[in-house]
Amino acid sequence: MSGVEGYNFAYLDEQTKRMIRRALLKAVAVPGYQVPFASREMPLPYGWGTGGIQVTAAVLGADDTLKVIDQGADDTTNAVSIRRFFAKTAGVATTTRTAEATVIQTRHRIPEQPLTEGQILVYQVPTPEPLRWLEPREAETRVLHALGDYGVMQVELYEDIAIHGKIKRAYDYPVEVAQRYMTSPSPIPKFDNPKLSNSPALQLFGAGREKRIYAIPPHTPVRSLDFEDYPFDVDHPGQPCALCGDRASYLDEIVTDDKGSRMFVCSDTDHCAERRGEIPQ
Amino acid sequence: MTALTGDDRLLCVRDLGLDYGNGRGVRDVNFDLWPGEVLGIVGESGSGKTTLLKLLGGQLAPQSGSIRYRMADGTMIDLNTMSEARRRHLGRTELAFVHQNPRDGLRLAVTAGGNVGERLMANGARHYGRIRAAALDWLERVEIETGRIDDRPTTFSGGMQQRLQIARNLVSGPRLVLMDEPTGGLDVSVQARLLDLLRGLVADLGLTVVIVTHDLGVARLLAHRLMVMQGGRVIESGLTDQVLDDPREPYTQLLVSSVLAA
Repeated sequence: MSGVEGYNFAYLDEQTKRMIRRALLKAVAVPGYQVPFASREMPLPYGWGTGGIQVTAAVLGADDTLKVIDQGADDTTNAVSIRRFFAKTAGVATTTRTAEATVIQTRHRIPEQPLTEGQILVYQVPTPEPLRWLEPREAETRVLHALGDYGVMQVELYEDIAIHGKIKRAYDYPVEVAQRYMTSPSPIPKFDNPKLSNSPALQLFGAGREKRIYAIPPHTPVRSLDFEDYPFDVDHPGQPCALCGDRASYLDEIVTDDKGSRMFVCSDTDHCAERRGEIPQ
Repeated sequence: MTALTGDDRLLCVRDLGLDYGNGRGVRDVNFDLWPGEVLGIVGESGSGKTTLLKLLGGQLAPQSGSIRYRMADGTMIDLNTMSEARRRHLGRTELAFVHQNPRDGLRLAVTAGGNVGERLMANGARHYGRIRAAALDWLERVEIETGRIDDRPTTFSGGMQQRLQIARNLVSGPRLVLMDEPTGGLDVSVQARLLDLLRGLVADLGLTVVIVTHDLGVARLLAHRLMVMQGGRVIESGLTDQVLDDPREPYTQLLVSSVLAA
């Protein structure tokens, strides 16, 4: 079944996949809780998605269709290599179409097209601990999670408003999953935070270096932290995509010359191409 | 005014002991504390004053004895057998701990307003405007210019840092305040101002305070009752003027006579 001689299906051996699946089951059972797992060395460097790729390997089946995105794009180095990696080692079908994919591994974005029942979104997570920069002791952060003692994050948001007049965090914006655990949504823009909540798709998070797995099961409420008088809000440059004219999608700013010219285009390349009619329906 | 009885005790300490393993620590400490009272603990360095205060504050666990505390609803609870979650909750609502060095009790990377607001936010306050109003109010009460609310404590003088630490602790309306040498390391005029402020706050808010100090002048100004510690034991206790003006134990007599008259 494997595309490459000498490798097990989807690269990881079956025992490792079982271990990761056990961690995944626990993560789904306790939404937002960081489950430790025995992260393996993968044939790519830490920070390139070693956590996500292990989760993908563990959930991938022979009849799955895989899509990999990096910053919303299907054609960047990281996305192309991970997609090819699984095409080779698992022989699975790959796609760039959100609607056709059953497993989507992502870095930094949630696709614009709403996800559906039965799809799995796998996030690559560099720092799974939302309290990491506020509380340096790992043992203490676990106690804070256990006791639901999250005042320190609120102090952080207070500081933003006091100094900058608004909550300045634009990505990795902390959320509360199912009214219990404070969770890092991985470095997705806060623009995508509302899509985390009540999604029909299963959302899995893998952090390879930090050896943690967590999950947001389908139809789970996710709340972005805020103040009553400074409610959570998303940023938008206020102009449409220069290529497809979409006013509702998340835009990348692209500098086009050295005279300061710039354009805003959809960060989700599949979404943009579809709107421009480049992909036959 | 009705007389206070044994049933009104806020704190009830019995046979408290902790040995660090080298014969030092505290032994056989017994005392009661009633609401509105200021208890001073005096003694030389190494006599167990700070250890006793840390036991009361829950930073250290005793090896023997009990510390019972009366909650706001009137029930007596043992501080050492309660769950970690309840103890932490108590520690940021009803109890306050003022450290000798304000740098131990403040978040130095966080603005003055954030420092004062932290307890409120830890207790569930989620309205920025109200948190800020409370912070401004408390800065004013501890005589810090309200214009410094968005400055970090690292830019404050030692006396200001100490007053900020006091504001940060009192904002949640605690019933029992533990202070470890609050005037240590401050020069005399700043000390006097801080003492004046503390006296005013204790009287206005009706706080119950345990204050550890090696400065008998501070003890005389603030404390109603004194306990004198030596070698981990309480060797003498009584009303402040009684202990200071008519000391019974030889060690207390030595302590009192070694104060330099200005």
